[in-house]
Parts: sequence; structure tokens; C-alpha cells
Amino acid sequence: MAERIIELRDISKSYGQVYALGGVNLSVDRGEVVGLIGDNGAGKSTLIKILSGVVKPTSGEILVRGKPVTGWSPARSREAGIETVFQDRALAVQQTIVRNIFMGRELTGWLGWLKVNKEIQEASRLMREIGFTSKVFTPHSIVGQLSGGERQGVAIARAIYKKAELIVLDEPTTALSLTETAKVFHFVRQVRASGRSILFIGHNIHHVFDIADRFVVLDRGKVALTAGRSEVKSAEDLINFMEDVAHPGGLPGLHEANDAGRAAR
Amino acid sequence: MSKTMEPDLQSPLGGTQNEAAGQEWRHPSDNWLRGFILDNRAALGTLAVFIVMMAVFMIANPTVFTTWYLYSSVLTTLPVALFVVVPLVFVVTCGEIDLSFPATMGFASWVFALVVQAGYDPFLGIAAAIATGTLLGFLVGSLVVYGGLSSLIATLGMNFLLRGLIQIINEGKSTALTSLADSWAYKIFSSQLYGIPVQIFWAIAFVVLSALLYNRHRFGAQVRVVGDNPDSAQQMGIDVKRVRVKVFVFVGIGAAIAGTFSVMINFTWWPTAGDGYLLPVLASVFVGGTPTWGGIGTVVGGAIGAVTVSFIQTGVVAAGLSGFYVQFFNGLIIILSLLGHKWNQARYR
Repeated sequence: MAERIIELRDISKSYGQVYALGGVNLSVDRGEVVGLIGDNGAGKSTLIKILSGVVKPTSGEILVRGKPVTGWSPARSREAGIETVFQDRALAVQQTIVRNIFMGRELTGWLGWLKVNKEIQEASRLMREIGFTSKVFTPHSIVGQLSGGERQGVAIARAIYKKAELIVLDEPTTALSLTETAKVFHFVRQVRASGRSILFIGHNIHHVFDIADRFVVLDRGKVALTAGRSEVKSAEDLINFMEDVAHPGGLPGLHEANDAGRAAR
Repeated sequence: MSKTMEPDLQSPLGGTQNEAAGQEWRHPSDNWLRGFILDNRAALGTLAVFIVMMAVFMIANPTVFTTWYLYSSVLTTLPVALFVVVPLVFVVTCGEIDLSFPATMGFASWVFALVVQAGYDPFLGIAAAIATGTLLGFLVGSLVVYGGLSSLIATLGMNFLLRGLIQIINEGKSTALTSLADSWAYKIFSSQLYGIPVQIFWAIAFVVLSALLYNRHRFGAQVRVVGDNPDSAQQMGIDVKRVRVKVFVFVGIGAAIAGTFSVMINFTWWPTAGDGYLLPVLASVFVGGTPTWGGIGTVVGGAIGAVTVSFIQTGVVAAGLSGFYVQFFNGLIIILSLLGHKWNQARYR
């Protein structure tokens, strides 16, 4: 069995009285592409923020390569080889591509002076690695001049730098046009080809089905399904399953739902 | 959505990818001059404003503007402003503002005056002043950052508080430091070299070092990123609060040096030392081309802005207009510069 890069055990998170996550287990093995699917509000983003150390879980355990960790933080997560591409891309749009790729881990030499040439070489190499090349843009280009898909490319290039073993992509194609989405998938495929693990979060099931080896369906803060590629025949299978989970016993009619809503009020 | 609407995920980029593969990256133009202009457009714009302004002054009164005395007097006081304008560019880039630097100038130079008056070497006084400035900068920065206060209001409050403290203790009395004139520190930092006030060389060295710090150092890189997108910087593991405190400390150090220089020019410390610099220094930062929204800025532009602002006062009077025109021209240059920079720089979101 492949080495387990990260394992989240029985993770719960509550904001006051509201439970975002209630005892979620999730693990990613080396070289594996896991698709995390779920409706809006299912807790996907919260889970990702816990994984990347931005949010602290209310309870639960995080294991990196089988060992429990303490003091989990964004910096620790990166040290452990986990790179997260956040939904809002977390780019500084007035800065150059180079500055964004090396944000928070500038290549420095004597007394903290930047190794400017080395950074440019490395940035070029990373961008070439994910197939993000253009005659128009260079590592000196300002990120604000790039299109949505290209910005996502910068975020992914930043993620694959150095020893990153697991790339977490939080809805990388949200709010992108079809051609821009295609570009992003091209980048993701290149990352996959490099043998890194990927945790791909999305609510477009077709996209996730296309790329993942294993699917985890999250529903209202709980794991509703974990299935390998061989167990799921088509994207439609997954969609049907999710509809079943969301509305047991068939999809209620619009009127019924409205009545129920009124009654609850 | 039908399946045919889905993008072709298998071969998205088609032929274009192979064409581009293996090509090396180039700057938008291989022409270094065009790249230089693109990278420094704000600073160059400020330089253009300065040149046009000086041309107007020279046409208005050629005789005065060709005498060295005019430049010599500007070069004596300009360095004091430069030592605070440059750190303020860092603060504004970081998305903050610091209005407490005039009081820090006064406080740090007071410490300098006390040490010199007590008979110690002025070098020790300079060291004590810089230590004081560092401490005050840290205090102001911590108050803003860890106290979660608005830097605009909190630093304004600190300015009044510190200045008030100086006034209460000194009861408005100044300190004369006649012994300074014979000291080595005076010769090194405040004398004249071939008729040129020597402090301008120190100020230029400071500007060059700071410009490198801004563009070629981890500190500058992090300041820009924090000012641009603090959430992103946080997610990427940058200690955002620490970076913010550091820029206030940098202002404290700059203000301490500026205050000390102003005392060495006059051989006297006044309890109001530094007060007159608040508005001209702030104007210099923005005239220089650093925008108010953070993330970008220009140290060299700020320095040229300081030169512009200090020439307005001298220039208006020297050009034969009455002193009443100074404020009008100050305002005119600020507004014209802002309009120019707005046209010159795009804002990305």
C-alpha cells in the first residue's frame, strides 16, 4: 500500500452553535488524486482550511505520514509538503508572477537579499512544468494583467514549488469560462503527471469525475460516500447518489419544499 | 448542462502549447530601456513633474535660480525630510499610515540633546537617539497592529501624546548644544564638502539602501505583498503582524536620524523639533507616486517628491512671488501630481 501522506481523523468544527463538520475522516495516499465533492455548505471549504492550517478544528486529529501533529498552522502545513490553492486564489494582483510564486518563501542569500535571477529561473521552470507558457507573459508580468485561468496557473505553479507532495485545489474552476477551465485542467494534468498527490475539491461533478482516482462525497458536515474509481461507473452515478443523499426518498417537489419551509418558520 | 457543453479537457491547449514549449521567457520587450521605463514609470513621472516645475521657476527668475546659495539651502534641509519620507513609503505600501513621526523626531532628538548636553560623545547621542526611535516605532506599531487600531487615528493620537510629554517635561524650553561644532560627529554628518552640505550624501546613501531594501530584499517583498493582499500573505505563511510592526519601527529609526540631523544643523534642540515636517513629508510620499491603497510604491519617486516639495517653498519666493503663494503652489503641485499618477498607473484588482 502506498504511503499515507495525510490523514484527518474524526475532525469536527463548530462555529458557536453551528456545526460545519461533524466527525470527518479523510486521507490521501502518495500519488493519489482524491476528488472531494459536496453541495454548497457541505463543509468542503472548512475541511480544506483545517487541512491547510488556516482554521483550527474544534476536535479531531491530524496525522502526517502516520504521525500525529501538534500546533498545526499554515507554515507547518507547508513544511509537511501540503500546498493549498485557495478558492480565492490568494494572489497579490499588483505584484509580478515571480513575487507571487515566492510569496512567503523568498529565495534569499546574504542578509536576506533576494536572489533575483535564481527566482526568475525557478519561476520559469515551474511555469514550464505545468505547461503555462506564453509569448505575452513573463515572470515579470503583473498578475492583475492575467485572465482568471492564467491566475489559477500562477497559483498552481506556486503550489508545486519544491517538495510539495500534496496539492490541494479548492474549486479551481469556479467562476471561469469554459476555455479558462480547460486551461486549468491542463495545468492540473501536468501536476498529476509529475506524480504528486492531488486533493481536488469541486461542485462540478463532471470535472471531478474526469480527474480523480477516488471520490469522497461530503454532505452537511459528514462523509456520505467514499468510493474508488472502479466502483463508480459514470459521473451520472455520482450525481444520482448525491441527490439521494440530499433528498432521501426522491427529490421533493418545489411546492412541498416551500410548504415545509413555511411550516418551519 | 449537456455533456457537449463541457470543455475538451483532454487536449485543451492544442497546438499552441507545442509552439510555446521550450521557449525561454523574455521581458515584454528585449529592449532594456523600455523595460526600465515600464518598471519605474511612477518615479519617472515624478521626475518629469520636478523638471517642468524647475523649468518654470528658472524662466520666471533666471538670476536667482543660477546662484548656488539657493541649492545649498535646499540641500541642507532636504536630507531631514528624506530620512522620514523613505520609511513612510514602506508604511503606505504596507497599507498603513504613520502620523506620529514628527513627535518621534522630537523625542529621539531630545534624547540626543540630553546625552550631548551631559558631556558624552555625540556618537553615543546618535546611538541613543536611534535606540529611542526604534523603541517608539515598536511602541506605535504594536499599538496599531496588536491593539487592532486604525493607524490613521492611533498614530495621530501618539503624535499628540509624545509631543505633549516633551512639552510638559521641558516646559517649552530649548537646549543649545554649542559644543557640537567641534565634534567629529558634526564634521562627518553635518559639515560641508566642497561647498556641498555633507548630510545630502548620507541622505542619498539612505535612499539608495532603502530602494534596494524595497525592491531587492525579503523585507520589501513582504511589505509589498502584505499591503497588496494581507489574507493571501497570511495563508502563505508570512507573519503579517510582524511585517506591519517592522515598518513602524523603520519609520521610528528614520525619524530618529532625521531629528538628530535637524539638531546638528541648528546646534539647538527645540521642543517643537520635527513638527513642521508632518504635511510636507506626507505630501512628498504621494507626490512621489506611491498610491494610497497599498501594495505598490516607489522609494526613489518619494525621494524626488521630497525634492519637489522642498523646492516649491524656496522656488516660489525666489521667483519673486510673495510668501502667500507658497501654499497655493504646494496644493497645485500635489493635485497635478495625483492626476498625473492616476493616468500613469493602472490599478489592478
